[in-house]
Amino acid sequence: MEKTWNNKAWFLVLPVLLLVAFSAVIPLMTVVNYSVQDTFGNNQFFWAGTDWFVEILTSPRFWDALWRNLIFSGVILAIEVPLGILIALNMPKHGIGVPVCLVLMALPLLIPWNVVGTIWQVFGRVDIGLLGYFLNSLGISYNYTQNPAHAWATVIVMDVWHWTSLVVLLCYAGLVSIPDAYYQAARIDGASRWSVFRYIQLPKMKRVLLIAVLLRFMDSFMIYTEPFVVTGGGPGNSTTFLSIDLVKMAIGQFDLGPAAAMSIIYFLIILLLSWVFYTVMTQSDAEQK
Amino acid sequence: MSFSWMAWTLPTAIFFITIFALIAALGVWEYFSPGGGPRVGILRFETTRGDRLFVSLLGSAFIHLAWLGLGGPSLWWALALSVVYAIGVFRFV
Repeated sequence: MEKTWNNKAWFLVLPVLLLVAFSAVIPLMTVVNYSVQDTFGNNQFFWAGTDWFVEILTSPRFWDALWRNLIFSGVILAIEVPLGILIALNMPKHGIGVPVCLVLMALPLLIPWNVVGTIWQVFGRVDIGLLGYFLNSLGISYNYTQNPAHAWATVIVMDVWHWTSLVVLLCYAGLVSIPDAYYQAARIDGASRWSVFRYIQLPKMKRVLLIAVLLRFMDSFMIYTEPFVVTGGGPGNSTTFLSIDLVKMAIGQFDLGPAAAMSIIYFLIILLLSWVFYTVMTQSDAEQK
Repeated sequence: MSFSWMAWTLPTAIFFITIFALIAALGVWEYFSPGGGPRVGILRFETTRGDRLFVSLLGSAFIHLAWLGLGGPSLWWALALSVVYAIGVFRFV
């Protein structure tokens, strides 16, 4: 069927454009306006120019939080993506096991973020938590409220528990869409298990993996609720990620100007990294075709 | 309807008007020369005019941030550098 070009069709995107304008563009514009001013409330503002940006960009507190966030996102991507692929490869493709596995995989995704934080906050406690009590009875002096390494391990394991399912479900969707003819051809050629994965399954999963990596990166880079509930950003500032620092600044200290400047820098970093991820992965996909 | 809660200032209004004017100009360009002008430049992948504007704006934002962090509060040189950068992007990317 021949495509019909009609520029009036652009009016069809008007509703979503209005929705995005009210939910994203107008708030973003307001944040930009706040970032160059100072306020003490009562709708009174004082011009500050670029002072807040200079303050944020020269503050070790911001750079420390940014590094923590980048390391966190790198670690969870390095764990969740291979683990998600591994689980998806081993899930049943036929029979009663399929719905059972799918429901089990979907369960962590259905739990609200603050509830996940509370579960792990209690689970890891030394006095009443199963994990904390068990590790200490093994002779490991685990205490996520006092030891930064333990706090990091708890937050990472919690995120892996919560979000690996998303990668699994996306990879599984990619895997079940591969026609049997591919596997039959591989069997005839005597392909090894690794070759089947490398040349059939991985290329077919590439698109869903792109979505998984992008979603997990953006989500982990913006993580707030779970680490805030479990560690509150501590011990010290060891698990204070950018979003936690931002909320402390904006709501705890009511420094709306610096917080707005930090929000814009934060937003630009996410935009840049997401664009790089998206471009690299879509280009490698296009080169393969 | 009052927009005082948005805390508008003249410089930020000029900033947003410029961005919207650039997007509108891109729309007009597209109307007279449809197709987005795709080409493969120095990044070795296909970009359209919209991609090039996005790369220009994002790059300019980081040029300004780098200037603020390393140079100082005056942004005129950062602006000049961004214009040169945007011309480079539209010419070579």
